[in-house]
Amino acid sequence: MPINYIYPDYEIERDYDKCINCRVCERQCANEAHAYNERRGKMLADSSKCVNCHRCVSLCPTRALKIVRTAHTFRENANWNGQLINEIYKQCDSGGVLLSSMGNPREYPIYFDRLLLNASQVTNPSIDPLREPMETRVSLGAKPDRIERGADGRMVNNLPPRLNLSMPAMFSAMSFGSISYNAHESLARAATELGIYYNTGEGGLHEDFYRYGPNTIVQVASGRFGVHGEYLNAGAAVEIKMGQGAKPGIGGHLPGKKIVGEVSRTRMIPVGSDAISPAPHHDIYSIEDLRQLVFSLKEATAYTKPVIVKIAAVHNVAAIASGIARSGADIIAIDGYRGGTGAAPTRIRDNVGIPIELALAAVDTRLRDERIRDRVSLVAGGSIRSSADLVKAVALGADACYIGTAAVLALGCHLCRSCQEGKCNWGIATQVPELVKRLNPNVGYRRLVNLMNAWNHEIKEIMGGMGINSIESLRGNRLMLRGVGLNEKELSILGVKHAGE
Amino acid sequence: MLRTREDILEGRLRIPSGCAISGIFSKSGKPIGGERIIKSIEVMHDRSNGLGGGFACYGIYPQFPDHYAIHVFHDNLASKRECEDFLLKNFDIASMSEIPTRLTSGVTDAPLIWRYFAEPLRHRVVEDFCDEDEFVARRVTHINARIDGSYVFSSGKNMGVFKAIGFPEDVGRFYRLEDYEGYCMIAHGRYPTNTPGWWGGAHPFALLSSSVVHNGEISSYDANRRSIEPYGYSCSLQTDTEVIAYIYDYLTRRVGLSQREFADVVAAPFWSAIADMPKDRREYYEYIRAMFSNFLITGPFSIIVGFEGGMMALNDRLKLRSMVCAERGDTLYAASEECAIRVVEPELDRVWAPAGGEPVIATLGRPGGER
Repeated sequence: MPINYIYPDYEIERDYDKCINCRVCERQCANEAHAYNERRGKMLADSSKCVNCHRCVSLCPTRALKIVRTAHTFRENANWNGQLINEIYKQCDSGGVLLSSMGNPREYPIYFDRLLLNASQVTNPSIDPLREPMETRVSLGAKPDRIERGADGRMVNNLPPRLNLSMPAMFSAMSFGSISYNAHESLARAATELGIYYNTGEGGLHEDFYRYGPNTIVQVASGRFGVHGEYLNAGAAVEIKMGQGAKPGIGGHLPGKKIVGEVSRTRMIPVGSDAISPAPHHDIYSIEDLRQLVFSLKEATAYTKPVIVKIAAVHNVAAIASGIARSGADIIAIDGYRGGTGAAPTRIRDNVGIPIELALAAVDTRLRDERIRDRVSLVAGGSIRSSADLVKAVALGADACYIGTAAVLALGCHLCRSCQEGKCNWGIATQVPELVKRLNPNVGYRRLVNLMNAWNHEIKEIMGGMGINSIESLRGNRLMLRGVGLNEKELSILGVKHAGE
Repeated sequence: MLRTREDILEGRLRIPSGCAISGIFSKSGKPIGGERIIKSIEVMHDRSNGLGGGFACYGIYPQFPDHYAIHVFHDNLASKRECEDFLLKNFDIASMSEIPTRLTSGVTDAPLIWRYFAEPLRHRVVEDFCDEDEFVARRVTHINARIDGSYVFSSGKNMGVFKAIGFPEDVGRFYRLEDYEGYCMIAHGRYPTNTPGWWGGAHPFALLSSSVVHNGEISSYDANRRSIEPYGYSCSLQTDTEVIAYIYDYLTRRVGLSQREFADVVAAPFWSAIADMPKDRREYYEYIRAMFSNFLITGPFSIIVGFEGGMMALNDRLKLRSMVCAERGDTLYAASEECAIRVVEPELDRVWAPAGGEPVIATLGRPGGER
């Protein structure tokens, strides 16, 4: 029945004056959108197969290709847009749940874009980061309630183990399986060179990467894939993943076709079997259970590593975080609804959770109101798109940020949001060997290092303008923020004044 | 007093100020007359703009050395009565009187200014499960937050703060400072960048026996404020001096840090400098910076902190504000400008500008001082 034909959203446009029939596009496209037509002696394209990942466009030697939004349209309707109509057709066909990847792309407010930063004028001097030290180093972890002194009167170090970051950023959890070996290698090497951390996600740690352990956060999620004693002790910290911003309240599903060779071994599950992470941890049905897991992991690592608890930003996030701060966790990571994913049900991704800006502000305020903010560090993610977002997150109250989407962009991702297909033409979200090798870790790690260094320079420049020379003096410093075009309620939740006030 | 008027700005807005500060400390405890500190701050007239001046004087109440000397601004007789009722419920008042003042042209709109030498009632302290200092701090906080029209601006032992709206030299004469003498005299002249109309907003800012005068505008203000408030402080005046005074009180009285350690927290060395230190120093600073990172103060400041038996001068770690120290015999001087020292002591043994983050601390009975 032709009713199920869905006209592609994007069309491949080829300039035949420029095309030399080199067939690079054909070889590069794992979706097989391009083909050489012998009879007509020219390249043809099937736009319905195109995911708009720009691989062919980027590699076309004569710049003959571009991808354009189709002019083809349904009759205009402010309520029923083309995407909704097509999704109905798809579901009638398959009877299944719609799947999507990466972060929520819908037009909800972006509070970072409604916050402006301060700068010094006259009454206090701005500081030139090229002339004066400008400190972006941070230390994450719990703090004891009081100091202790030795017999000689000196303070003794009674701090629990902590993470030390050269700048307030870490790479977010992305599992080996959802992303490739080469992507993981790039992240691990970049984190090591930068003096920050990357996160294994729920996929275990490939044995080749144990040597990056001092810069690795190992994750324990509901499926417990790849978790064993050696793994827990391999990293610098252990993260319990309770939730993910892209899909709060649900688990994960890595399809069997991605469970190949090394992925299967690292996850400790049979080749070809689906890796299904349950929605809840089946040993955590409430906060007191979480406390037990926190301390189980601390026991397993002999209290030598901080434990992070990662939660999705949901309505009651402040109360949840307050409970976690009392659970023995050293660090709380909050993931906003814009956070990325390798695959999530579309309806969940696009409709569940709340913005990180509001969640972060609410959590920071609540923990201070309850006088427990000093007990834990806060890490915000989902989505931090630039150094400016990062600075704003710190001013709202974050100790550091998780960087996910920006990091995969550094590796070549073009945000086509088709990770769930497993045919990533950039070699990131795929396990197909010939695609994986397109991502050269030597290049990938260098680009990640460049990106973070560039951000660090920008952070220092912004801080210097404010007259602040330590990122610690920016943390929770909400007077450095002003809202524009926000209503009273939004301003009160964010704890910032309106511009002009 | 204008505090209750609706248009008052003090406490409603954050008020950055430029300023002049000066402190004189006798390590042997030799009395310093009040006129000397007036003379010192007066020479820096241009660093103030007539919108606030004040003094903290230590060792001035030898007749009541063990009583808390509580200085209060009362708006009117009604608030005075309410405040005194509260004080009598909590303290044994050994003496109460109006603080002597003289008519001075540059100082107007004076409230009722009273002084109470008070001893906490033992059974009230026991009921609070705390020590006397904490008891007094809580009662002072109560009056300032809850009793409309009364404001306690000094609450230490054998010390007193005197402050008003006006140029500092006029404020000193208004309070007849020449009638007082003590081992430590600290002065402040304020240059706020708007028009505060409230006497309580002048500096020094004091809690118990510690007092702070400050010149600068700290860029870490809101980070510091939001970090200290959970410990029971309320930064109602929204000034830098207030938040620094609370951090000082918290770290020294409640956490138990020394003055030197306090300086290491608020004006910590840079990581680049820490990396080059010997192991024990490095570990000390790494601990300090991780444990108390919320109380690092950035942006320009020079402060003089007065405390029982001592005085400390400290600059921000980049030294973005001027401050000069000098010694003559057993007397330590610290001021925004050298002229403020020379005008009271032309012959000096030593004059120096302390490096950023390097505290200069002098205490009674230690003639060599600690540096």
